[in-house]
Amino acid sequence: MSVHLVRHKPDLIGVLDLQGGVHEHLEHLERLGLPYKRVKQAEDFTNLAGLIIPGGESTCLARLLNIFELKDVMLQHHRRGMKIWGTCAGAILLADKVLGEKACLGLIDMEIERNGFGSQLDSFKSEAVIKTVSNDPIPLTFIRAPKIIHAGKDVHVLLRIDDYIAAAENDSILVTVFHPELTGCLALHRYFALKCGLNPATENLSAVHKNWENSSWMKLARIAS
Amino acid sequence: MDAKRYELNVQLAQMLKGGVIMDVTNVEQAKLAEEAGAVAVMALERVPSDIRKDGGVARMSDPAMIAEIKKAVSIPVMAKARIGHFVEAQLLEALRIDYIDESEVLTPADEECHIDKTKFSIPFVCGARNLGEALRRIGEGAAMIRTKGEAGTGNVVEAVRHMRTMNREIRQLALMPVEEVTGFAKNNGLPYELALKVKELGRLPVVNFAAGGIATPADAALMMQLGCDGVFVGSGIFKSADPALRARAIVKATAYFNDPQKVLEASIGLGEAMPGLEIGQIPPEQILAKRGW
Repeated sequence: MSVHLVRHKPDLIGVLDLQGGVHEHLEHLERLGLPYKRVKQAEDFTNLAGLIIPGGESTCLARLLNIFELKDVMLQHHRRGMKIWGTCAGAILLADKVLGEKACLGLIDMEIERNGFGSQLDSFKSEAVIKTVSNDPIPLTFIRAPKIIHAGKDVHVLLRIDDYIAAAENDSILVTVFHPELTGCLALHRYFALKCGLNPATENLSAVHKNWENSSWMKLARIAS
Repeated sequence: MDAKRYELNVQLAQMLKGGVIMDVTNVEQAKLAEEAGAVAVMALERVPSDIRKDGGVARMSDPAMIAEIKKAVSIPVMAKARIGHFVEAQLLEALRIDYIDESEVLTPADEECHIDKTKFSIPFVCGARNLGEALRRIGEGAAMIRTKGEAGTGNVVEAVRHMRTMNREIRQLALMPVEEVTGFAKNNGLPYELALKVKELGRLPVVNFAAGGIATPADAALMMQLGCDGVFVGSGIFKSADPALRARAIVKATAYFNDPQKVLEASIGLGEAMPGLEIGQIPPEQILAKRGW
């Protein structure tokens, strides 16, 4: 009868809340019925089973991580078992090689090229089947996206398109150069939650939510409450 | 611009949320801004305070200068076209920069029409003083809005006024019964469908940044606490005593806008801010926010 002595198991997914597409990820976690929180300070990492580093500008995120000494905190929590998913800029921060510049967290053996497609006029949407994640096609949104140009042998490539890798993972890290949080599809968020050992809602596994709109995140950023 | 392209353009602005967009006039400044953690740079020949001082007609910047800056940084590059000057916008699109600012900081080319932004694939950001102005620009195809403030003054009072005005009107709209929206839209010049969207969302349907007069980390945090999604800093950085230090400090204060301790740390030892201008002392014909409608 010493249940109260059982150590609390990390059960939250955090979204790094420094800059970028924070609300969009939070909204997806909410749809999956997962407990989540915004992560801004060292103490916010406690009880995180997983952390999402959102899209944004990687130089800005890297600078803020360094100035506020969150980088080492994040690495410590990664060592205790916290999983990390980086979308777009987040993937750049997680890579251990960044073409032409210094790597930030270096947690996955791959080389990535910032802004691999060109300007905003080269941003695009497409779709693809990612077998490991779902049998249904997943909508993909690429915004000034990076390209993963090489992955090491311990890295499992989830999606390869033409001459680049668009999604990959190792035991503790997931990276996507596209933005699942900018589509109505929950498949990758669900996949990450399972990777973190959590139990996301199981309905609408990969089908795009019919009532999702690009403005859905705005319910978390209202002016008029 | 088809619906998919428009959505991508709105989404790029979403990725800039919580960030600082900095005015730069050459490659060195652009690199300094990127290094400091800017989420984008605005490439222009003269910052607004110099445009104000020099007078004369302010036009789109030299494309060669914009192209050099584009080559030097990997963050998004924005540049300004004159209000209504759709050919300047065509040139900026042909240059393949990332965002066009149809800006009152330059001398308007058309006093009746803004650019029909739906004809372009490239995204536009436009200035606004109130909800009606913001929604008219969105109706014309803008994918992002910013307050006009009063550029080149280092005085945040107009940006605050514009943000508070928009917020007040959004709150009014959100609370009123739907049958009152028609009259509210008529009286305030709001496109009706967009007014209904704002009522539902309780905010602008695109990302809204603050601009025009932000000069200190506290100014940036003030605008963020008032509910904007990020900030533009024009003259405030490169007209200050120590641009590198101030750029970094404003980035910090914008990210941690709700944390007075961190904004305080960011505010210490920055040296002189840019010299400020009292709005009442500017001759009425030199008020930039009145350009466009």
